[in-house]
Amino acid sequence: MNARANAVVNAVVERPREYLTFRLGEEEYGIDILKVQEIRGYEQPTRIANAPSFIKGVVNLRGVIVPIVDMRLKFGLGSAEYNDFTVVIILNLGARVVGMVVDSVSDVMELSPEQIRDTPEIDSVVDSSYITGLGTLNDRMLILIAIEKLMGTAEMALA
Amino acid sequence: MSDTHTSESSGDVFDLSQFHGVFYEEAGENLTSMEALLLETDESNADDESLNAIFRCAHSIKGGAATFGFQDVADLTHVMETLLDRLRRRELAITSGMIDTLLESGDVLKHLLASRQSGTDAGIDCTELVARIGAFAHGTVAAAPAAVAPVAAATAAPVAASMTEAPAAASASPAAAPLAPGERVLEIAIGPLDQPRLADNVVELFGEIPGLGTIEPSDDGKPDAAQTRHFRVVSTVTDSDLLDLFSFHVSREQVSIREVGAAATAVATPVATPAATPEADQTFGLFEDLPEPVAAGVQAPAAVVVAAPKAEAPRAADRAAPASANLESSTIRVPTEKVDQLINLVGEMVITQAMLAQTGRGLDAVVHQAMATALTDLERNTRLLQEAVMAIRMIPMTAVFNRFPRMLRDLSGRLGKKLELHTIGEDTELDKGLIEKITDPLTHLVRNSADHGIEMPADRIAAGKPEHGTVTLAAAHQGGSIVIEVRDDGRGLNRAKLLAKARERGLSVSDSMSDTEVYGLIFAPGFSTAAEVTDVSGRGVGMDVVKRNITSLGGSVEIDSVEGQGMRVSVRLPLTLAIMDGMSVGVADETYIVPLASVVESIHMTASDVKSVGGTGRVVEVRNEYLPLIRLDELFDVPRSVEHNGGIMIVVEAEGGRIALLVDDLIGQHQVVVKNLEANYRKVPGVSGATILGDGRVALILDVSWLIRRVRH
Repeated sequence: MNARANAVVNAVVERPREYLTFRLGEEEYGIDILKVQEIRGYEQPTRIANAPSFIKGVVNLRGVIVPIVDMRLKFGLGSAEYNDFTVVIILNLGARVVGMVVDSVSDVMELSPEQIRDTPEIDSVVDSSYITGLGTLNDRMLILIAIEKLMGTAEMALA
Repeated sequence: MSDTHTSESSGDVFDLSQFHGVFYEEAGENLTSMEALLLETDESNADDESLNAIFRCAHSIKGGAATFGFQDVADLTHVMETLLDRLRRRELAITSGMIDTLLESGDVLKHLLASRQSGTDAGIDCTELVARIGAFAHGTVAAAPAAVAPVAAATAAPVAASMTEAPAAASASPAAAPLAPGERVLEIAIGPLDQPRLADNVVELFGEIPGLGTIEPSDDGKPDAAQTRHFRVVSTVTDSDLLDLFSFHVSREQVSIREVGAAATAVATPVATPAATPEADQTFGLFEDLPEPVAAGVQAPAAVVVAAPKAEAPRAADRAAPASANLESSTIRVPTEKVDQLINLVGEMVITQAMLAQTGRGLDAVVHQAMATALTDLERNTRLLQEAVMAIRMIPMTAVFNRFPRMLRDLSGRLGKKLELHTIGEDTELDKGLIEKITDPLTHLVRNSADHGIEMPADRIAAGKPEHGTVTLAAAHQGGSIVIEVRDDGRGLNRAKLLAKARERGLSVSDSMSDTEVYGLIFAPGFSTAAEVTDVSGRGVGMDVVKRNITSLGGSVEIDSVEGQGMRVSVRLPLTLAIMDGMSVGVADETYIVPLASVVESIHMTASDVKSVGGTGRVVEVRNEYLPLIRLDELFDVPRSVEHNGGIMIVVEAEGGRIALLVDDLIGQHQVVVKNLEANYRKVPGVSGATILGDGRVALILDVSWLIRRVRH
């Protein structure tokens, strides 16, 4: 069923797309560059009471109140440190603007459909229905995520 | 308009869709205006000014609709215009049946336009309505369909009918009727013109004025080699009067008039009867003169050719009525997004200015004197700018009140009661965002008064009251709020009945409750003392939604009543949602904002002032009253390294209840720009919004109403 779902998702990926790649712990992920609004350093957000632990709070982004989600805490990948090198990717997902804390950001990759393989059925913290494929580039494997879908789910507690 | 417009010749389909937006807006305004004027019209004593104004509304809409090929709208407005023209010339007397039908047409037009705008099919068949209006226009009310049909068909004929049909369609009576006495046929040449379009303005102007006669282009709408336009005019007016008229748009030297005597055959001569002139006018005789290829072609190009002279019509109509145009030209239509953007940017500036001010305070005032002065000036200018910008969004309450006359008229009919509406303070201004949100609750309150408050005419007379029930809407500024009242002189509220109903619903009530509290029971969900549920109101879902809507706007609502005399509902709203006076408080390392409007007082306290009730409840005595105490650090789960006792207690009040909040310290009082938390996140219980502090950090604003409600249950 997973392979079929992937085939449907992959059918949409017809031409080479650009992905912003980032690291969470030891793993590399890629998201559609068009969803990325900007990349910022980490600033202490204002805490929101009774929010899940991976929602750090909200920050002021040029007058707009944006929630900050720590993906490392959500998926238990890597250690959640906050220092000068911590990066926040601000996503513009149409209906909402959200920031996500990651370990580091790499480059923007262009991947053609041939470079993207189907995701095998595996147990994963990230629900594999949000993994659109595994990108291959030399030695690197990029886990491509449908970030807009993921952020909209109930478990992300953003809605 | 752009220069592409000059290719008016047949075949070119000029893309008019970019102008649709403006047309819809203006048509909407014309319809609103027309409805208001119709409602105000006194059948026994209609004045010229109103009738002319109503006519112009229909005329404008028709012009635009014809331009864009909106056939159904054009046909309906055309026949309305026919009737209105006769009315304004006093050839017919206006009756309430006509007013009702015209009001109904207005509704249908709104519907048709809305469907056009959303690209769907309205699915409305207007033939019956058109026939009815036509019957009024020709003085035959409820005539047999057969007799009415030819007239209706004539007035409703599609614009791009084939050539053979056109001549018949163009006139209500057979073509080539003799000229009336005093009428002359003239050939008028206007040119040379830099802008041939000016000649079309002249045509439009001609059509605007009743009794002038008719004008038709005799050059297919194309200027000749000398950039001159030619027209055929049938009129009783003298040459010099015509020149006076034309000189609005072109100079006299450019106009030459030649009398040609009898009408030429090819033209469908306008008939002497005034009723026919509007129809002939509007077609401009273009169909007869159009060469075959064009007329026989597709609807769209023909519509464009007809419309090309009229493409300027909406503008020309404005200019052609010089008197009214000048009065209306002092406003600019601006999309709300632009204004909101402006307000956001000014809000940002306020924050930046606050940050500068804060940084500036740390500087030595003597050493940095210039800087200190500049910062003071900046603060004043920023405050003035902010006030000016917030004022842009303020709209007079007329925007809300103007739907009620129509509504009451309809309700009057439906309920069989006699209702009158008074409005006071329509000029009172309110933020646009609030206006949109207050309209529904107010509508419900007015319906409520009409349905449950005002008695049937017979009952009123029996009670010694005038037969007409009066509903009054009043708006006024009071301090930093606006107060809107809905009053009626109906039966008022019966305290005993309310208490009984409440008990029946299982609500906890006592006879010692004050009148205000008893009346307030109406806002409880599911509460309705209506004997029967009507489709107007009575289901009991209305009043509690009204209250909730008003509360969510940061407002409050109260009811007062005298049994047998009437009821008054007072709604109090803040003047704007965007800016609020707040008190910033410190809780451990965090800062929160408490709305200043809810703060009653603040008191230093120590641990011993707090008493416990039933183990977990905490209360504190304030002025001989025990109030529940809420610790903000517990409410918001604020992490603390060291146990903290004592602090400052703030007494807050909302929704008729009071509680005490415990915080660490009071930081200050200032105006805060309210930011929406739910735009990107979700509703957080206890938090009504967020703001940005002088140091750029976000602070959450406490939702006092929520807190007090929570304590109550």
